[in-house]
Amino acid sequence: MDKIGIVSYGANIPRWRIKTEDIASVWGKDGKTISKGLGINEKSVPSIDQDTATISVEATRAALKRCNINPQDIGAIYIGSESHPYAVKPTGTIVGEAIGATPDLMVADYEFACKAGTAAIQSCCAFVKAGMIKYGLAVGADTSQAAPGDALEYSASAGGAAFIIGKDNVIANINHTYSFTTDTPDFWRRAQSKYPSHGGRFTGAPAYFKHVTNCATNLMQIAGTKPEDYNYAIFHQPNGKFPVSVAKKLGFTHDQIKQGLIVPYIGNTYSGASLVGLASVLDVAKPGDRIFLTSYGSGAGSDGFDISVTEKMNNLLRENAPSVFQMVEDKEYIDYGTYAKVTDLLYWE
Amino acid sequence: MGEGVARFWREIPQRYNFIGNKCGSCKRIFFPPRESCPYCRRKSMGKMKDIKLNGKGEIVTYTIIHVSSEDFEEQVPYPIAIIKLDEGPQITAQIVDCNIDDVKIGMKVESTFRKIRQDGSTGAIYYGYKFKKVIEQ
Repeated sequence: MDKIGIVSYGANIPRWRIKTEDIASVWGKDGKTISKGLGINEKSVPSIDQDTATISVEATRAALKRCNINPQDIGAIYIGSESHPYAVKPTGTIVGEAIGATPDLMVADYEFACKAGTAAIQSCCAFVKAGMIKYGLAVGADTSQAAPGDALEYSASAGGAAFIIGKDNVIANINHTYSFTTDTPDFWRRAQSKYPSHGGRFTGAPAYFKHVTNCATNLMQIAGTKPEDYNYAIFHQPNGKFPVSVAKKLGFTHDQIKQGLIVPYIGNTYSGASLVGLASVLDVAKPGDRIFLTSYGSGAGSDGFDISVTEKMNNLLRENAPSVFQMVEDKEYIDYGTYAKVTDLLYWE
Repeated sequence: MGEGVARFWREIPQRYNFIGNKCGSCKRIFFPPRESCPYCRRKSMGKMKDIKLNGKGEIVTYTIIHVSSEDFEEQVPYPIAIIKLDEGPQITAQIVDCNIDDVKIGMKVESTFRKIRQDGSTGAIYYGYKFKKVIEQ
């Protein structure tokens, strides 16, 4: 794909945090061991007035503050999430109205576990390449759910990132994209279930590692690249261990992944996870830098991207919105009682 | 359908995007928008023009709500402030993303998009503006 790519980007992370040790102590577990085992120190928690729609709007407004495009030139909005506020009524309609992009607009909500946001980027690239739209908006955001006491409770968090895709003033060319998809039931949520179910250790080798490794390897083959050709690499981060492990297996160094590894500080933002990592890399990337991204969505599939930062990055007004690490640092701790209240764990009639 | 759905839908431009209006006669700006200017009355008819405000302002005064209406019970205690917008109009809004002790008269604030309320667990969700402290980059 020649000269189609990211025109601007923005992220949003709720301010509340709960420490892994505070969750563990409620369930009589050793918090230090769990924190070390998962590679997660704390996770972000949405306040009672935040959801996937508000996170998507704030991330998109951050992206718009950094560039000078008219929201009316956005011809498509795709929001990837597994926590859309409504089961039926698209989050993208709310985002489109809130950024002033309606009514000449294509909108659909995407769901593919943690990779729906990267799928949204691919769709936008295709529409731009076909000449059907000038700009597309792709968002990956979640306020992910976890059953009380489940292993996911230590990681399921909230956040998201938005990317404006186009072919004018592209700050980062998307040189190649490739997806690897199979039917692998490692994690799911049935239509009427409040919380997801997962296959425990089955989520590892046949799921995350198989798909991420195949996607990454095949993408590098298509692009004709090697791990050392990249300045930064981002992998889906359901915990702090999987992305580190898969990066090492593929031949990437810790220096290449650390800027995009956000999960130890905010947990797994699901559809936002790899994209908040990409936003963090774009916060510091310079023209000429090359970025490798592989997402993963249970079910299962991986989307890979080979990205090159252009000279136009120098014109992007990055300082007009907070960086990912500024948002990581801007936090307020809550206890488990408050967490239970705001995440709807309490039930009464 | 909840009885508030149509009203909220009509108010989306102001709640999401700060669309106020300006009197073509005296140039006063209003938020929320008015059908006619209360100062110019008949002279303003047909001359009220929509204008997008920037969603930034300064706290004029505030209070901390400890006993709220039913929709906000889970959020107490929380600050409610009268905010003078950059363009002049004063509005009432909730302040979020800061400790309640940090709210001060004169504090610079900017709007943030939040969930305001919902019609129970099966009804519509209503979004709109709240305000947070401006953090200099």
